[in-house]
This record gives sequence, C-alpha cells and structure tokens, in this order.
Amino acid sequence: MTSTEGRPATISDPATWVAQHGDALFRYALMKMRDSSQAEDMVQETFLAALKARHNFSGQSSEKTWLIGILKHKIIDHFRKHKREQNSDDIETLSEQLDQQFSPRGHWEITLTHWQDPDRAHENEAFWKVFSACITHLPDHLADLFILREIKELSTEEICKLLDISTTNNMWVMLSRARMRLRNCLDSRWFNQDNRKVR
Amino acid sequence: MLSCKEVGELVSQGIDHKLTLREKVALKMHLFICKTCSCYDKQLQFIARSARRLMQSNKTGQGIPPLSQTAGARINSTIKQQLDDEQQQRPE
Repeated sequence: MTSTEGRPATISDPATWVAQHGDALFRYALMKMRDSSQAEDMVQETFLAALKARHNFSGQSSEKTWLIGILKHKIIDHFRKHKREQNSDDIETLSEQLDQQFSPRGHWEITLTHWQDPDRAHENEAFWKVFSACITHLPDHLADLFILREIKELSTEEICKLLDISTTNNMWVMLSRARMRLRNCLDSRWFNQDNRKVR
Repeated sequence: MLSCKEVGELVSQGIDHKLTLREKVALKMHLFICKTCSCYDKQLQFIARSARRLMQSNKTGQGIPPLSQTAGARINSTIKQQLDDEQQQRPE
C-alpha cells in the first residue's frame, strides 16, 4: 500500500510527472480502454490538462489521486464522444442479482464447480485476455474500484474520495461484489470452457 | 454461526484487510465444514493472485505492461514543450 504521508502541499515539477505517475495512469487507462495507443493518448491529454490546471490544485487529495481523477473524466468523455455505452449496470439490479445466489437465510443457491489447477491458466496468454475482459465488463463503478485497488498506488482513503464511496465498509462490500462477478465471469468464460476449446 | 453469504463477504474482506481473530476463527471453522464456501474461497484467492499478476507483472511479459519508454519519452517532451511555451508567453 502506498503511503500518502509527507505529501507536498504544492504540486511537483511537471517534468517529473511521467516518471512518477505515468505507469499508474497508463495501467488504469489501458484496463478501461483495452487499447495501448488510445491509453497513451489519454495519459498525455491528462498531463496536458493537469498542466493547465495545476495552479488550482488544492492539495486536498494526493497529486496522483488528482491526476487519476482527471484521467477518469477524460475517459468518460471519450466514451461519450464515441457513443460507446459505459457499463452502467444499475446498482440495485446488480445487488439483487447477486443476492439471488443466496437463499434468504444466506445459503448458496448456485452450485460452485471446483476449478482444476487454476494457476496453470496463468501460463496461457488467452486467459489474460479473458480475465481483463471480465474486469473491463464490470459495471463502471466496480471496474474503477477494482482496478485502482489492484494498481496499489492509492491509499484506501484516496480511492474512497476519488470514487465518492462514503465509508470503507461500503468499499469492502463493493469489492466483494466485484469479485463475485469476476468469479462468475471466469467460471463461464474460462473454466467451464477449457476442455471444449480445442482448435 | 456465520451464513454462507456472510462467509463470502469475509473471504473477500480477508483479501482487502486483516480480519479480527474472532472473524478468522469463525471463517476457518465454516470453511472446514462447508465445501461450497471453501471452493468459493479458493476461487477468490485465485482471482486475487491473478489480479496481482495482471497489474504488477512486467518481468514475465504477461498482463498489463507499464507505460512504454517510447511513449513516456514522447509524453515527456510534449509536457516540456508546453512548459517552454508557457515560459515564453509570460516571462517571470
């Protein structure tokens, strides 16, 4: 976990931004856009916008959080312009869907099939494509959260601030939903397909 | 006794933060006797390992790469250009 203590009240030298924040921004953008050259463009646009706005930087959040916030909005704008629907799965139906996996008394309503030697999948290039696609196809608020957690560049508090999550407890609940969905996605798109995928 | 739904939640939280001793014990006991939850636990741990590898791998060449050096250099020079332009417009 990255510590945010001792962060400067003022913004750092823009000439050092790429070295400091380039990877985090790029990884976030790449996970959202699934195209490296588009992701690179977004990172560049973000830095240029930040350059113009840097005198307004309030220091309320860390510099990295501030930059990722700008990037997040750039990506939303990009999708809007290109008319690609974001995965705006309604939050209510989402939690209902997942609740259906359990009976009212909290027992499993679905059968879980054991995944045979799952780590072997790590050696398979195709697995990473499926796994990334499962993450990208999470509803947006869950995808953002999952990606930012895994990039491990922002503290829990910074992520809550950035994504407007009111309490850390809400964040754990959302992450749990994200993982449940990823489990379901991998289960149907990878593990129960594996044997049939002989080409 | 925890329900499977609560256990599912705890399994996920165990990935995010340290559980209390009480939670850990209750979780272990439940996983010991419940096959489905223990299967779920293994699957979530696998997802956590995979996510770590996806986001942090670059030695193996798998997963999400960092910003390439070429792109980094290009972006850096664009930033520097912009800074130079600024300087010229309003000399301090």
